[in-house]
Amino acid sequence: MRKSRIIKDKVAHGTMFALTIIAILMVVVIAIGLYLKSAPVLENKSLWSLLFSSEWRPMKGEFGFLPFIMGTIWVTILAILIALPISLLTAIYLTEYSKPVVRKFVFPALDILAALPSVIYGVWGVLVIVPWISQHVAPHFVEFSTGYTVLAAGIVLGVMVIPLLVSLFIEVFSSVPTDLREASLALGATRWQTTKKVVIRKTLPGILASTVLAISRAMGETIAVLMVCGCVIGIPKGILDACYPIPALIANNYGEMLSMPFYESALMFAALILFVVVLVFNLLSRIVLYRLENAEK
Amino acid sequence: MSIARKKRFIETVAKIFMWAAMFIVFGFVISVLWTIFSKGCKAMSWDMITKLPGGGFYIGKEGGFLNAIVGSLYIVGASTVLGLLISIPVVFFLNVYLTKDSKLAYVARMAFDVLFGVPSIVYGAFGFTIMIYFGLRTSLLGGIIVITLLIIPIFIRTMDEATRNFPRDILDASFALGATRWETLKVVVRQIAPGIATATLLSIGRAIGDAASVMFAAGYTDSIPTSLSQPAATLPLAVFFQLSSPIPEVVDRAYAAALVLTIIVFVLSICGRFITNRFSKNKV
Repeated sequence: MRKSRIIKDKVAHGTMFALTIIAILMVVVIAIGLYLKSAPVLENKSLWSLLFSSEWRPMKGEFGFLPFIMGTIWVTILAILIALPISLLTAIYLTEYSKPVVRKFVFPALDILAALPSVIYGVWGVLVIVPWISQHVAPHFVEFSTGYTVLAAGIVLGVMVIPLLVSLFIEVFSSVPTDLREASLALGATRWQTTKKVVIRKTLPGILASTVLAISRAMGETIAVLMVCGCVIGIPKGILDACYPIPALIANNYGEMLSMPFYESALMFAALILFVVVLVFNLLSRIVLYRLENAEK
Repeated sequence: MSIARKKRFIETVAKIFMWAAMFIVFGFVISVLWTIFSKGCKAMSWDMITKLPGGGFYIGKEGGFLNAIVGSLYIVGASTVLGLLISIPVVFFLNVYLTKDSKLAYVARMAFDVLFGVPSIVYGAFGFTIMIYFGLRTSLLGGIIVITLLIIPIFIRTMDEATRNFPRDILDASFALGATRWETLKVVVRQIAPGIATATLLSIGRAIGDAASVMFAAGYTDSIPTSLSQPAATLPLAVFFQLSSPIPEVVDRAYAAALVLTIIVFVLSICGRFITNRFSKNKV
């Protein structure tokens, strides 16, 4: 009787340990899988020409990812520029100023924004943002624009990362001990001065880490961006140009990629680029955030 | 301006900016929901959710998108069950079998955080290569596998968050009574049940809304799959593919599908909040 209980415990331990290790190894397996698949194109072309050439002719075996990389960078930067101030101010208000009543209204709203699927944002972008840009924004700057632009993709992506940023910021701000705030307030500082000189200064690494995390999220978004970015191959020259970010490239060509030599391999290389960048960004920012979390204890 | 007045002025300006930011956030929420609901309600009809598309999903004017609803339910149902089976043991292992300052637990949490951040298109591409390796075509099975991979990190992270604050004393009390760690899990389960429920709702929401990964793995079809090896339609792809059609009736189908998807996600999110609020009160 006693023995069977211990055996049961040991068996459970072993199974759980194995499952945990397998789950952790998924990171490595994904990396190896994508690398093996992109190996043919890597052997055939130099890494330099893949990353910095803008010749994209799959039929002739020319794979220069520069237009797609630039598209991703443009869209991501714009999205963060839109989302960062809004999220920062909202998070400051919610942690430093608001009464619980306000939070009761704002949290469900943020919940909804966070829960809506990417494709819904895409529909919203196509129906609201794209016409708005082509009719009201673009005419002031260029002669004609369809509205499917870097700007549209940036706005849609910006809205999508707001809930993530706000929740990360709230977590970061809550790690500041109340004593520090009270000390500052007792010296006669206003709430804003306290926020600016105590809370933000203390959490600057956390704010940066959260932003990097949001950047990596924005880079990988696919469907919503695909629906509003225009999908024209070329390096965008301004925010009213169409663009073609990497995830859109992968999603758009998934069907036909098997018919051409190296094409599949090149697309898997695109996925590998995304994976590596996201991996590095995530690791860096998570390490900073963990440190903050542990420092508070 | 005296210093005191300047201070008050800046304070007011800061407050105005913050109010403006929150106003913008609310504006976005209302704009998105209004767009989906106003378009969706006009296009909605009983046929939409009870009939298969007639004459091809891209050009046929007849019918609805029952294929996508059923396909999504199959994929989400199966992968939620699989996801739970894999992630509950992992969460228990991290929190009960390992000590608080274990290196393995640190690495594991880091790995799941990273996996959580991996874009779904990468899961899709990776899943696709695996499927080709095993000789599978785009199919229901492929969709289930890829979505399971996608939601496991979400499951583990949210459940882990709920379990992490679990008081160590309760474990010690249970051990002191002579229970093994395996038997102690009964106590843990009771405490974190609301956490598991919230994590499940959250994962279902992510699973049902993800389009990029199922695009590779499950494909799209007009009919309801009858076996695991047939391709399956899903709701987000029903929106995505039909929205670009030149035929108004087909676009209406996309709007209606978007409405259905939004309502599902909405209900899941409200239930999640409710469970969190309701059960976090009488936690130990």
